[in-house]
Amino acid sequence: MGMTMTQKILAAHAGLDSVTAGQLIKAKLDMVLGNDITSPVAIKEFEKVGLDRVFDGNKIAIVPDHFTPNKDIKSAEQVKVCREFSKKMGIVNFFEVGQMGVEHALLPEKGLVVPGDVVIGADSHTCTYGALGAFSTGIGSTDMAAGMATGEAWFKVPEAIKFVLSGKPQKWVGGKDVILHIIGMIGVDGALYKSMEFTGDGVSALSMDDRFSMANMAIEAGGKNGIFEVDEKTVEYVREHSLRSYEVFKADEDAVYSEVYEIDLASIKPTVAFPHLPENARTIDNVGEVRIDQVVIGSCTNGRIEDMRAAAAVLKGRKVHEDVRCIIIPATQKIWKQAMNEGLFDIFIEAGAAVSTPTCGPCLGGHMGILAKGERAVATTNRNFVGRMGHPESEVYLAGPAIAAASAVAGKIAGPDEI
Amino acid sequence: MLRAVRRKWSEIMNAKGKVIKYGNNVDTDVIIPARYLNTTDPAELASHCMEDLDEKFTARVQKGDVMVAGKNFGCGSSREHAPIAIKASGISCVIAETFARIFYRNAINIGLPILECPEAAQDIKDGDEAEIDFDKGVIKNLTTGKTYQGQPFPEFMQELIAANGLVEYIKKSLAK
Repeated sequence: MGMTMTQKILAAHAGLDSVTAGQLIKAKLDMVLGNDITSPVAIKEFEKVGLDRVFDGNKIAIVPDHFTPNKDIKSAEQVKVCREFSKKMGIVNFFEVGQMGVEHALLPEKGLVVPGDVVIGADSHTCTYGALGAFSTGIGSTDMAAGMATGEAWFKVPEAIKFVLSGKPQKWVGGKDVILHIIGMIGVDGALYKSMEFTGDGVSALSMDDRFSMANMAIEAGGKNGIFEVDEKTVEYVREHSLRSYEVFKADEDAVYSEVYEIDLASIKPTVAFPHLPENARTIDNVGEVRIDQVVIGSCTNGRIEDMRAAAAVLKGRKVHEDVRCIIIPATQKIWKQAMNEGLFDIFIEAGAAVSTPTCGPCLGGHMGILAKGERAVATTNRNFVGRMGHPESEVYLAGPAIAAASAVAGKIAGPDEI
Repeated sequence: MLRAVRRKWSEIMNAKGKVIKYGNNVDTDVIIPARYLNTTDPAELASHCMEDLDEKFTARVQKGDVMVAGKNFGCGSSREHAPIAIKASGISCVIAETFARIFYRNAINIGLPILECPEAAQDIKDGDEAEIDFDKGVIKNLTTGKTYQGQPFPEFMQELIAANGLVEYIKKSLAK
């Protein structure tokens, strides 16, 4: 029986010729990731194992990005635990403030993930690296501890849903709109325990940044991972960012899928997900009148250079509405510098937006833009659960950078063509 | 060998208590809001458990209580603080129609008993008394007398739990 892309990667890392959906396997890991929230718990568990070394100091990354720059004493203590552990264990890829970025934007940029890899991360959006044709999935802190100790993890081999993409997205439509459309279609548990495999001619019309946004939100459909077929754009990206050799896995012709969806990218309109689930997707022409208080442009979903450019294209020569705070957070230092050199910060600052150092900050209601009771935000982040960005009675509307920037100008949810 | 493991498993894994019930898509942000994630202390986490969804939970929960919920329980963030907070609040078992996969792994890894059983999750009401036999995957609603067959864990996961979680399991396998 044929295997999916994910199944082939897992089989190769388990030392097996083939695997089938439902099979429990142990796979070798190419990268184990944690952040400042999940790593301290993992380190505590790791210490219980009683080892004085990690399996490979080059294959672990610890990125303090959630509550950093440290927002309070407790957070500072957490990061200290991460820092001291990384030093003691010879973990090369510990990224201090100044080097640090939002983890899922940072790792591909640093060339730490390449096609065909198996990656686990104690952060649910670890599925982002599927954009590179890697198998990557979120796990918890105990799995991270076990991964650091043994270099292996157990997996139940997933079934897959195939998304056959065709056509080209319209102006102002990016990966975020496509993935919100898909989550709206299949629901927040539509891909529960499954892989989401993205394939078809339409993939070539999506930039790497579009693909990172889409793979990033596979988890919001319940997916175990989201994965794209490797093409010329992937190869070019990897060549630019990594010196590692890699292997490209393709799904077999006769691979079995639990469902197949055909999606014409040209038919997708700019999309917004209403509170309090990412599946509450509405196209921009169906949002009605929603006044807002804040806009956040950033995060592991949409804090990359193309997102900065899209926001700048909308904000150029315009002003942020007097009732709105607009916070823009380039996801890494490299993106920050690039945006600065391209003059995007001039546009943002002249428009009246604030530009922050890289952090996950407001996305999870940590710091750098928390909402008060009754406030509403349009955010390019990935979750709009109750209380996600602050007060339990605040609201988050998810969208791509073009809608977010246009909404900042309009003071209400709006598309770039409406301002 | 297997019998010995099984017996140990069933000793660890029996639950009986009053039901506290929630709906679909209970996410880890409401189980434990991120504003409390600057600590890893189970008792402190438990003191804020469920507060954005049900502010009465911490006052109401008794040791041994059973949490019952709908589809996709534990969706969202990978924070292990979520099952840790539930376990430390005294909940003996979570029954749901389905679990989000990271929560499912985390619960097993930290030794919070969970069971998937759509029928029981739909039927059982808030305030009912429930008893769970994990070895057989059987849930009994003591209030109505009705029993339900849930999905027992595969053997590998039973071994994980019998070993008292993943860390202990690994310790044993590294010692070999």
